[in-house]
Amino acid sequence: MASTVIHAIYSDDDVLMNAVKEVRKKHLHINEVYTPFPVHGLDKAMGLAPTRLAITAFLYGCVGITVATLMMNFIMIEDWPQNIGGKPSFSYIENMPAFVPIMFELTVFFAAHLMVITFYMRSKLWPFKKAENPDVRTTDDHFLMEIDATGKDGKELADFLVTTGAVEINLIANEA
Amino acid sequence: MAHYEAPIRRPLVTGDKTYHDVTLDIVAPVEGRANKSWWLVFSIALVAFLWGIGCIIYTVTNGIGSWGLNKTVGWAWDITNFVWWVGIGHAGTLISAVLLLFRQKWRMAINRSAEAMTIFSVVQAGLFPIIHMGRPWLAYWVLPIPNQFGSLWVNFNSPLLWDVFAISTYLSVSLVFWWTGLLPDFAMIRDRAVKPFQKKIYSLLSFGWSGRAKDWQRFEEVSLVLAGLATPLVLSVHTIVSFDFATSVIPGWHTTIFPPYFVAGAVFSGFAMVNTLLIIMRKVVSLEAYITIQHIELMNIVIMITGSIVGVAYITELFMAWYSGVEYEQYAFLNRATGPYAWSYWAMMTCNVFSPQFMWFPKLRRSIMFSFIISIVVNIGMWFERFVIIVTSLHRDYLPSSWTMFSPTFVDIGIFIGTIGFFFVLFLLYARTFPVIAQAEVKTIMKSSGERYKKLRESGQSLVGTGADPRTSGGPVKINLDGAYIAKPQEVAAGETVIPEDTHGNESLVNRLGIFDAATQKADDLKVINGIGPKMEEKLNELGIYTYEQVGKMTSVEYNLLDNLTGSFPGRAERDDWAGQANNLK
Repeated sequence: MASTVIHAIYSDDDVLMNAVKEVRKKHLHINEVYTPFPVHGLDKAMGLAPTRLAITAFLYGCVGITVATLMMNFIMIEDWPQNIGGKPSFSYIENMPAFVPIMFELTVFFAAHLMVITFYMRSKLWPFKKAENPDVRTTDDHFLMEIDATGKDGKELADFLVTTGAVEINLIANEA
Repeated sequence: MAHYEAPIRRPLVTGDKTYHDVTLDIVAPVEGRANKSWWLVFSIALVAFLWGIGCIIYTVTNGIGSWGLNKTVGWAWDITNFVWWVGIGHAGTLISAVLLLFRQKWRMAINRSAEAMTIFSVVQAGLFPIIHMGRPWLAYWVLPIPNQFGSLWVNFNSPLLWDVFAISTYLSVSLVFWWTGLLPDFAMIRDRAVKPFQKKIYSLLSFGWSGRAKDWQRFEEVSLVLAGLATPLVLSVHTIVSFDFATSVIPGWHTTIFPPYFVAGAVFSGFAMVNTLLIIMRKVVSLEAYITIQHIELMNIVIMITGSIVGVAYITELFMAWYSGVEYEQYAFLNRATGPYAWSYWAMMTCNVFSPQFMWFPKLRRSIMFSFIISIVVNIGMWFERFVIIVTSLHRDYLPSSWTMFSPTFVDIGIFIGTIGFFFVLFLLYARTFPVIAQAEVKTIMKSSGERYKKLRESGQSLVGTGADPRTSGGPVKINLDGAYIAKPQEVAAGETVIPEDTHGNESLVNRLGIFDAATQKADDLKVINGIGPKMEEKLNELGIYTYEQVGKMTSVEYNLLDNLTGSFPGRAERDDWAGQANNLK
């Protein structure tokens, strides 16, 4: 089915914010907003759910500290216990203070890297990925709102968007 | 609106800058050509780097014996240089992480370069332990992997192994933090690039960043969480470096004050190096509007505070040596201050404790030249601090018959100079190819902390709609409902189209820009403007455009008219910002 979208381009972040609110009031569906920098409050205005990346970071951190604990216990206590500097390695709990730096570093390592990898995967960011912003000006000083216009009167929508302060309006028909 | 900031705060971005100006200013060094002084400094750095490589090869083929080490002083310049570079590598994460948690907006102008400096200096630091192994091809032995000797593992009780984990975690997390922040800025360069090769490279580097609202929401969350993780990480790194010494039994090393004292010293030297680099860089790539005197002043205050903390630590060490009643400990410090290495001890004291005290005077800490000199002095002082801690604690050990002095060989010196060369090679390449300021972040503070917007707000105006720049927007609303939309201007080969005979648009163009009167005005050399060649100047003259004044008045409306008239390189004038350039020349 052929769908159509409208790309409304704005040249100011505050105007965009108001426009997003206006458009939502009209019960139009905003597919996406492309901005050159993070516009604070835009996610709330668009009704986006909060991101759960911080929670994943906490979970990854838990994985990291577990890995470190198991690794230290296996290497230093179980597999080949040694007497280093008069401090024999026979009990994990008694030797634990010496492992704190490693436990800390691995917690940070797992939390940071796995969170960033999750972010890259979720936002589809990787080398050789093609950019998807429909207009190159959206990384400079323009803001683009994509509105679902399937089955709507383009003319009427355009007139409404002009009142919200759009500087450019393009109707785009997507095949398939 | 939400952009309010107390008027008493000085603007962080000076001058009449819009969002588009930020784009143009940050991209200028990347799109422009390197000047002579860049090539000169780069060549010097490259020669030093190559010399260092030569000395490293000499060390590896001849053994560590080619250094000035002896049986008493078994650790000298290698570990001194290692700690020095790791210390310098602390400011980047401190600026981007700790200052982010404290919501310090001034970090945005400097965090990108400070993080670059961090990564490049940690790379230098990492070289030293690897060279010191003697057989660097066996460096993987520090990893906990099953090996050919049976299940003999690395010693996880050793601070040297903790260091391996701390430094590699720090390097990799800093790199990821830096790169994530770079994605939107690479995307900006990508979307402006016209040369196919440049476009390809920056598309690759930007990982296809598109700037969706959801991406930005995640981006901000990830930055915040990474800052939260990097803050204890950066403190842990130098803490663990100090454990290399503090867990030993050498008088002068065996002290519990080392972790906080090393961390303060690292921040101190890192900020000094940031100041050294940025004072030069802001000038060379004309970013004085973003890295302002205020930024330098704030960094100087950090230098002053951390320098004083280091001073307190030095004095505490002396007191504790006396108070401990341990005569070996007492002698170690007496020897430092009055022995044969007293000159290095007092050099350290002067550079690190005395010289930052000048920063109490606002006049001095706001002087660029003075800040630069102090930053160099601090860098030297912090190198001597590590030299004093390491060599003066070792050279007179428990057995007076083995007392000796240390003198570096040309190999020691060569490797050190080589790392400085390597560092500057990396930094100079970075300054030409990377967005040196986090422009996306700077754009978020323009309306609150930019001078232009502060003035607008003070004059009682609303800031809604003021983000638009006349050079990129304006004119009637363009509505295109037939579905045939071309986002990019069409490329036209050079010299393909000439001025159309119809001069209908021409009149309106000249009317808009003002008519040139040959009797009273003098024609300017328009070729000075980057993007206008002799051919284009001719065309402009034919259209009646002769002066910078006229070009300076051009906005996107005039650019479009001009493109229609000349037909060559559509979008060129806007991209090169002819109007902005002409206004600077006026």
